[in-house]
Amino acid sequence: MMLKLLAAQDHQPPAEGDTRAVALPNDADALALPLDGVERVDLHFPNFTDGRAFSQAFLLRRRRGFAGEIRATGDVLIDQLVQMQRTGFSSAVLREGVDAADAQRQFELFPGFYQGDAVNPQPLFAAKAA
Amino acid sequence: MYQYTAFDTQFVKQRAAQFRDQLTRWQTGKLSEDDFRPLRLQNGWYVQRYAPMLRVAVPYGEIASRQLRVLAQIAREYDEPEAAVFKAAMEGQGKLGTTFLPTHCAHFTTRTNVQFNWIPLSKSADVMDLLASVNMHGIQTSGNCIRNTTTDALAGIAVDEIVDPRPYAELIRQWSTLHPEFAFLPRKFKIAITGAKDDRAATGWHDVGLHLVKNDAGEIGFKVFVGGGMGRTPVIGTVIREFLPWNQIMNYIEAIVRVYNEHGRRDNKYKARIKILVKSEGQQYIDDVEAEYRQILEIDGGPHTIPQTEFDRVAACFVAPKLADIADVAPEALQAQLDAQAAGHVMFGRWLQRNVHPHQNPQLRAVTLSFKRPGQSPGDATSEQLIALADLVDKYSAGEARVTHDQNVLLPWVHASRLFDLWQEAKALGLASANVQLLTDMIACPGGDFCALANARSLPIAEAITQRYQDLDELDDIGEIDLHISGCINSCGHHHSGHIGILGVDKDGKEWYQVTLGGSDGSELSGAAVAGKVIGPSFSAAEVPDVIEAVLNTYRDLRESGETFQNTVRRTGLDPFKEAAKQARHKEETETAAA
Repeated sequence: MMLKLLAAQDHQPPAEGDTRAVALPNDADALALPLDGVERVDLHFPNFTDGRAFSQAFLLRRRRGFAGEIRATGDVLIDQLVQMQRTGFSSAVLREGVDAADAQRQFELFPGFYQGDAVNPQPLFAAKAA
Repeated sequence: MYQYTAFDTQFVKQRAAQFRDQLTRWQTGKLSEDDFRPLRLQNGWYVQRYAPMLRVAVPYGEIASRQLRVLAQIAREYDEPEAAVFKAAMEGQGKLGTTFLPTHCAHFTTRTNVQFNWIPLSKSADVMDLLASVNMHGIQTSGNCIRNTTTDALAGIAVDEIVDPRPYAELIRQWSTLHPEFAFLPRKFKIAITGAKDDRAATGWHDVGLHLVKNDAGEIGFKVFVGGGMGRTPVIGTVIREFLPWNQIMNYIEAIVRVYNEHGRRDNKYKARIKILVKSEGQQYIDDVEAEYRQILEIDGGPHTIPQTEFDRVAACFVAPKLADIADVAPEALQAQLDAQAAGHVMFGRWLQRNVHPHQNPQLRAVTLSFKRPGQSPGDATSEQLIALADLVDKYSAGEARVTHDQNVLLPWVHASRLFDLWQEAKALGLASANVQLLTDMIACPGGDFCALANARSLPIAEAITQRYQDLDELDDIGEIDLHISGCINSCGHHHSGHIGILGVDKDGKEWYQVTLGGSDGSELSGAAVAGKVIGPSFSAAEVPDVIEAVLNTYRDLRESGETFQNTVRRTGLDPFKEAAKQARHKEETETAAA
């Protein structure tokens, strides 16, 4: 799954009363969120150094098997896009003025990773053994 | 040593490329200072009082001679301040009395990494490329992420070892490297492993401490401690699991770190370490981790359960090297030869006793080269010394060395018949001080001369005490003791765990030092891990050596036959030491302090 990059103006927060899109605060329990009928969950980075939403995304995508959109909002740094993709985010709202080429380049840096993640659950050693 | 695969090597190179990309974006204004800071920190780049500092990772302390040569090259070619930077530093520190700031050298740290103090950021990407050429890097040596895993410097060779911790340390290195979920934790996160009876890795003081053990059935597993740490609130880790099967270690640490990432405090950086969470939540934290661990296994399928084949692949890298050119000699004959050499050379005998350690292979010994000597800061090595060290490592230790928690370098594979030759060469290089585990084998952080966080300088204190205690007979008489010096409460010099701890504090813009006694890293010598206790109001820099001398003299007066410093302090309590320290205050400074 490729991470979809959204410009700030293309992002609308979930409208009030919209049951299909939910904004989950980053101190909320991702395991307790009702997901029936939910198509999109927005997770929030109040500051890019606050990494709680990475765990929330992992739990939604991997633990709960949520198949809808998980969107990164707030203070999204392009240097975190690969991490976002790996923990289960499917879209990210970029800051204003970000160079699209700079963002795209982040996905081309590493040929692989050691750990399993939300997208590829098996770690490198399992892939090598297969 | 672990042998890097093509994947491992490429990974480190790509990390260097990623850093160059980030540096370039910062230099061209595309990345702000605030955005760049956490990124450079996760590659080991700090900006300190006068210049940047680079911390290079030495995973669990194991380092090859070819890596030492590249560190020497970096020291020689890059650890050079720009003229204006050096002038500002000398002027700034000169006001405090500093007369010398070392350049062109590397510094061994308590977490078995290597630091450089002067490399300009403009050259940082070149340095990372150079490091990557020998599979080295600064990945996660700083920042709020999982740091370099540390272990016993005698791992794999210690005679009291139950299980060799190195393969596990390497597996944890791989698992924690660029973990996508755990790069922006509430605070830094440090793991230490020991596999021996004597804990030489200070595991109780780490966020996660791991003891490799065998259960009654002879199966290997971990006793897991969580929530240890130094800083403002020293805490010893709590046992969270008595026995965790070895192949579950990554799944279990994943649970520990995930619960911490979700619930650790982020509103106050002094309360953000996992120790605070464990203390405040107590059993609830343990229950949460166990619940999360079960879900990792039952719902996620425990994907990071280590298969035997993968363990075997990694463990195969840690077989003892063959010392091809040396024939086995009967152990009794080896000992007789060493005894004869020691009888002929008193200093060799002392070095043998202090710096040479027994080995699982009776043909071999482990040797600590002491980087504690007058005129150089504890743990510092010049580029020339690093080259000479690399040569010794090649000649005597199969190309492999270990950076130790005590800021020395250990050669793990020395044949006993070659100890005398090694001693002579090390002596010529000034690396054969026979002071391992004695007073002058102290731990010290770089302190206020370099570090932007420090409240006071550490190095002049270390130097003054080193100068005062140069008589080996006197040092031997004082006996085994841990002296630890930190320039601030962040505790990089581990003052909390020193039998004698010295902590730099700032009062009214002046440097003062708090002295603590009775701290322990958890080793057999030191007793159960515990923070030392303060022995009175802080002292001036000039008073500190006199106070230390007064404390040591009190010990020598009070000790019973064969009693270590630590045991005397525990038996007598602090009062006689407090009184002696008080008497050692300088009259003038007492008045100033009281004013």
